[in-house]
Parts: sequence; C-alpha cells; structure tokens
Amino acid sequence: MTIKEKEQEIISEFEMFDDWLDKYNYIIEIGKSVPVIDSQYKQDQYLIKGCQSQVWLHASMEDGRVIFKADSDALITRGIVGLLIRVLSNQPPQDIVDADLAFIDAIGLKEHLSPTRSNGLVNMIKQMKLYALAFKAKQQGT
Amino acid sequence: MSFNIEQLRREFPLLSQEVNGKPLVYFDNAATTQKPKAVVERLIEYYYKENSNIHRGAHYLSQQATETYENARETTRLYLNAAFSHEIIFSRGTTEAINLVASSFSKKFVNPGDEILISAMEHHSNIVPWQMACQERGAILKVIPMNEKGELILEEYEKLLSNNTRIVAVTHVSNALGTINPIEEIISLAHQKGIPVLIDGAQAVPHMKVDVQALDCDFYCFSGHKLYGPMGVGVLYGKEEWLQQMPPYQGGGEMIKEVRFTGTTYNELPFKFEAGTPNVGDVLGLEAALRFVSYLRHDEISAYEDQLMQYGMEQLQTLENIRFIGTAEKKTSVISFIFNDIHPYDTGIILDKLGIAVRTGHHCAQPTMDFFEVPGTVRVSFAVYNTRQEIDILVEGLKKVRTLFG
Repeated sequence: MTIKEKEQEIISEFEMFDDWLDKYNYIIEIGKSVPVIDSQYKQDQYLIKGCQSQVWLHASMEDGRVIFKADSDALITRGIVGLLIRVLSNQPPQDIVDADLAFIDAIGLKEHLSPTRSNGLVNMIKQMKLYALAFKAKQQGT
Repeated sequence: MSFNIEQLRREFPLLSQEVNGKPLVYFDNAATTQKPKAVVERLIEYYYKENSNIHRGAHYLSQQATETYENARETTRLYLNAAFSHEIIFSRGTTEAINLVASSFSKKFVNPGDEILISAMEHHSNIVPWQMACQERGAILKVIPMNEKGELILEEYEKLLSNNTRIVAVTHVSNALGTINPIEEIISLAHQKGIPVLIDGAQAVPHMKVDVQALDCDFYCFSGHKLYGPMGVGVLYGKEEWLQQMPPYQGGGEMIKEVRFTGTTYNELPFKFEAGTPNVGDVLGLEAALRFVSYLRHDEISAYEDQLMQYGMEQLQTLENIRFIGTAEKKTSVISFIFNDIHPYDTGIILDKLGIAVRTGHHCAQPTMDFFEVPGTVRVSFAVYNTRQEIDILVEGLKKVRTLFG
C-alpha cells in the first residue's frame, strides 16, 4: 500500500467514531498494543526530546524502503506514533519526504502536531523525513 | 468570607467561556491568572485617554502620565511596605528582575572563588541567571538541598553559608510543589553573616501579604500577570543600600543623567535601573491589580484558597494510584501529583478535552523533577475565583482518565 492508501485506511477507521472519547480510546488502544521499539534503541541517541513527552526513533533501510521503529513515554503520543509508523514505515524514501500527512488533520488530531504541544511529535516527523533524505542520498551515491 | 464568589467570577469575563464544549475550569493559575475587568479597563483608559511618553516632557499629557506612573510606584511601595518608593524598580517580570540583580550585583560584589547560594526547588528563572553570573565572575553555585516532602533542609543551609557566600537567592513559594519556604529564618541566618538575600516572590505574592521591611529581605521580585495584572510587567524591590552600589543593568534613555561621548553619568534611583521607555500602561494595569487584591483583602484570599486546597487534597486522595509531589507542612495553592501508572501528558490531554486547564510537564523546574524522579507532574493551582464545584469536576475528570488508562 502507498502512503496515501494507508492514510485513507486510517481515515475510514476513524470515521466510525462520533465522539472524542471513543477516538481517544482507540488511540490509547493502539498505544498499548503496538510493539514499537526494541529496548536497545531506547537510548539517548535515538531520543527526540519534547517538553511534555518524549519520543524514541530508529530508522533503517531494507530493500529500498525505510523501516521506522519508535516509541514514547506517554500513551497518547505512543498511539499517534503508532499511526505515523503505520503510514510512513516500509515506504520508499522519496515518498516519505513528499508525504503531507493530511490524515492527521482529517482524523482531528492536528492539535497534537502543533509545536506548542511540545510532545516530540513535530520533531519526530522532521526526523523521519531527514532519515529518508539521508537514505535517498546514500542510495544515489552507490 | 466577605466576598461573593459568583459576583467575583463575573469580574473575570474569560472564566465564563466553554472549552471543547464544556464550561472552562481554569486551574493553571500558577502559570498566569485571569484578569478582572478593573485591570483591563485601566489599560483601555490609559491608551484611550492618557497615553504619552513620560519624564522630561513639557506638555500636559506627558506630565499627567509621569505623575500617574510615579503614583503607581508609590502604590507598589505601600503594597510591599517598602521604606522608599525609589526602592521599587519596574521590570518586565520576575525573570528580568532576577537577571538584573544577578548581573548588576555580581559585577560589583562577586569575584572568582566566591559562592552564590540557591535552593534545590528553584524555577529555572532563579537558577540560570545565577549560573550565568557564576560563569562570568568565576564564582561557584551552591544548592540548598530539600527533603522528600519538598522542604528545604535548614541545617544543611546553615552549613552552606560560608565566608565566601556573596548572596542567597531562594523562592518564597515553589511553583512546582507549592511549598512555602521559611524565608524569615533563611534571611536572618544569612544576615547573621552579613549576606544579602533575594526572594523570588512570583508564586507568593498572589496568595499572601508580603511586607519587605518585616521580612528584612534585600531583594524581592514578582510578576504582575500572576497577580491578576497584565503580562510584561513585574517588580523588583531592592534595599536602597544595595541598589545604590550596583551598576546599571542596561544602558539607554531614562537611566542617564548626562551623556557625552567622553562618558556618561547615571541617573539616580529608581531610574538608573529603568532604561528605555517604561511600560507605563502595564504598570498602571498592575496598580489596578494591586488595588483589586487589596480590596479583596489578603487574609480573606488566603483563608478561601486554603479551604480550596484542603478540599482538593481530600478529594484527590480518594483516587487510586495517585502520588502527591510536594507534601510540605506549609503549602499554598498548588497541588502537584502524578498517577503512578499514567503519564502526566496523557492526563493533561484528557482533562483538556473535558475543558479543564491544568499544567503538565516539568514546570520549568527540571532539577525538582529529577529530585522526585518523575518526568513531570500534573499541577493544579488555585486562584481566588476557583470553586469547590470546579474541584468536583476535576475529580470526575481524573476518574475518567483512570478508566481510560488505568
């Protein structure tokens, strides 16, 4: 599935919820269930610091696709991290760089990506794109 | 209680709004308080009728504005019971006031090998300026430790006061814990060794009467916006004997007597420390806030807020897995806590959805969070307009948080 298709899939899932509580319950469930990162990567070098919550991010390249693994200390942040991984991981670098991630807005979670929230998510997306750029440059170099 | 809470709340138009479809419950007062009509109306009046640049203006408006500005200084002097109005310096806020002292005092009195003493529960604003001063002057920063309740350990403090200590800078009330520090004792112990003391009063002034002469502190700072006043204005009280000896903080207009390219002589107190055009409008707004608080009376405010605190503690204690951070004997208007099994950020997000404004995170006091080994806390902070019903709504909200995450 492409990034756009995955985004659409998530939007459809969220259309089921008509109140915020159900929606957050779902995000919390994702946060609880997604095994997002190995403990070996929960170290400072992979840490993206936010004022409120923190995110760990690890990236690798397999068969021309970027594989992301990530985690957060806060459950809501972890749930959104889970969604971002679902959309962006296992995709070609250029597609990741180009992704506008409009689904976040469409499912009503844009507020979590505001820099003022300072939960690490904005920097995480930046970092994901930077990794993708770096892998792309490496690809072209070889 | 002499004030009617419903009537009082009507003085704060912001409080009657809805957030996320729920009536706003505002418990982030330690960050900033809401503003009563009297303050906002004073700002409007100033800008509609009185605005003019002050001091050395020959025309009517300038003279009027100068007079009202200097009257506000006198109101502030009375409020703090300072000996002289020239001991009142207007600043942008507590942070700037502390920076002023850290910079100017240190230039004059702090030398390599000297020590500056702060405490383990300071806001970053009462840590970083002193770190910078130490770096510049080659001095050493020492820290008064606290116990697990969040109280300063006075025996340790006494040991830390040395012949090399040049100044002690301590908060009156901890912003993250709500602890009221025994500053009378802290000041008198320092004075026994001839060491001056700066008190960060940002979190104290909204909740208690402060008399700088009775305290005998050498410097006292607070912000207008935490005391129902406007943002961008604060007060530094300094004893004349220190302020006279300290060099100016910033250069510019107002603070000079004569400027020649060969050299400049500085103006007298308080103008020496108020470079540039003063923030006249906000100073007048602050004056209105001081009058507002005086009208409500500090003893009434304290009694009411103490009741709220007590009720809040009783109610919150009933929640499962709650851990209070900061359980000092003497506290005011702040309840800081975490759920052992729920991240503070998650708690804050759900409360926000319910229209409840609390603060989550490290509260600009990272060393304090490190001491308690928590990533941050949920901080509920009260003002005079909060009610028991609001505490009930908070407790219901927290129960919801527990069902979602617990």
